[in-house]
Amino acid sequence: MYRKDGENYFIVDAHIALWDARPENQLNIHGKQFIDCFYDYHRNLSPESELWSYEEYLYYGGERLMRDLFTDGYVDHAIFQPAHLGAFYRNGFGQTEEAFALAQRYPDKLTYNHCWDPRFEQAGLDQLRRDAERFSLKGVKLYTAEWQGDSRGYRLDDPWTYRYLEACQELGIRNIHIHKGPTIRPLDRDAFDVADVDKAATDFPELNFVVEHCGLPRLEDFCWIATQEPNVHAGLAVAMPFIHTRPRYFAQIIGELLYWLDEDRIQFSSDYALWTPKWLVERFVDFQIPADMTEYAPITVSQKKKILGLNAAAMYGIEVPEGLGLAEQAVA
Amino acid sequence: MRPELLERAARKALDAVFDPELDEPITDLGFVRSLQATADGVVTAHLRLPTSFCAPNFAYLMASDAKDVLRALPDVTDVVVVLDDHHDSELINCGLAADAGYRGTFPHEAEDDLEQLRLTFRRKAHAAAMERSLGLLLKESPELTEEDLHEVTIADLPDVPTTRSLLQRRHALGLSIAPSAQVLVNDHGNPCSREEVPLRLRFARAIRISIEGNAHFCRGLLRTRYPESATDQLKENAS
Repeated sequence: MYRKDGENYFIVDAHIALWDARPENQLNIHGKQFIDCFYDYHRNLSPESELWSYEEYLYYGGERLMRDLFTDGYVDHAIFQPAHLGAFYRNGFGQTEEAFALAQRYPDKLTYNHCWDPRFEQAGLDQLRRDAERFSLKGVKLYTAEWQGDSRGYRLDDPWTYRYLEACQELGIRNIHIHKGPTIRPLDRDAFDVADVDKAATDFPELNFVVEHCGLPRLEDFCWIATQEPNVHAGLAVAMPFIHTRPRYFAQIIGELLYWLDEDRIQFSSDYALWTPKWLVERFVDFQIPADMTEYAPITVSQKKKILGLNAAAMYGIEVPEGLGLAEQAVA
Repeated sequence: MRPELLERAARKALDAVFDPELDEPITDLGFVRSLQATADGVVTAHLRLPTSFCAPNFAYLMASDAKDVLRALPDVTDVVVVLDDHHDSELINCGLAADAGYRGTFPHEAEDDLEQLRLTFRRKAHAAAMERSLGLLLKESPELTEEDLHEVTIADLPDVPTTRSLLQRRHALGLSIAPSAQVLVNDHGNPCSREEVPLRLRFARAIRISIEGNAHFCRGLLRTRYPESATDQLKENAS
């Protein structure tokens, strides 16, 4: 919970990771390149006081995660969104067992989402059923840019992906998070195209599609789709830290999202450990659309409350303690 | 030609190579790491990008465009373009050296050529430039409503860099640059109805925000990755 100026904010960090990118877990040069790229993001967009050393960044473990998120970071609940990256890391990038064990230890604080890859076809589909039961999955994170053999990615509208989505629907895995950000996706198509989300969202109206990084670097394509598909949501991973380096750009992103979508379909996330939530939460609560940007309405306290936690809480059925919701919701 | 003169000409020629996504020259973005010319006319250019994982199709597009403009220079006998520190550096550099083309370089993945992708980004660049021009006009003429922009023609635009940039983008797309041509048009150069103007403008604004934001992010990442690139990034977009 975060409290400021007499207002209480329930915080859900909807996109976090427990990764291991240490050299002994790197399978090849791409494993190093990948974490170096993340570290450059971290160095480029963080305030100087929030910078980690490279060593800390490679691996930080569960204890530090708990402290950064819950002790220092005001977070009430966080959701793991693991990227497997089996072509780059021996034991995967996101640490399934470690993260799941932590989520079992702190079920009121952590939700474990898992990942799947339709290119494993039937074997992967069988695994998904076992995983759904073992992890009590409510959501999955899809990294469509994942490498596998010669393939540099898959699409949401591939026939096998549809079979997996059908299984998700049947198994009650309603929340589909898709990485659509700076990617390394298939070479023969526009590497950041969100058009496949459009098709899947139309064909699976019972599922929620959370587009992580809200389509950046193609914000406009994402907004256009989200305007038409009510089950498409914006995840603010990677967009959040612009609040520090580029507040006017951040205002534009939020302004556009509020215009094209609405205040119920935007979710806060720190993308931990790319960034820690503490400073992002503080800055966002203090944030306001600059007065000269008259094309956007000022952002309200209740909009901030929804974005910071209430939207994701509603999507995941996370209980919001009394007094931390919105007044009108308590009535309803 | 003396090597240093050739190098200067080569750098100038590379001003014509754009990052399709960011709509800025690779020279201004700091993507040109080094340029060398020999007395017998061999030009070698090293390119660098903000991350190892920048999309390979864009990387290939910029590198092959760079090779084309350098080869077109008088007194150039051979051109070597090398992409450094990319996850596909080896593949791309082999493809460039062999002039294998995009499909020849990525035979296991590439189904289509890059022309469609290039067209998509030319359209986006045009929409952003159009919004910039019309936004300027709205700001300077408070009596204008958004719907009034429907009647604005190229002749109504002031002779400023924003207008020149719009005309270049229109020219690249094959759209009319006649003074009587309407400014507010769709991707195919057709005017929309008066009622549709606010939505078209609004969407064009989202495109502009996206392009400008990406350019800022990529410039910042490049400086984080290669601190020495800061001196090459001369013309940072002020927005």
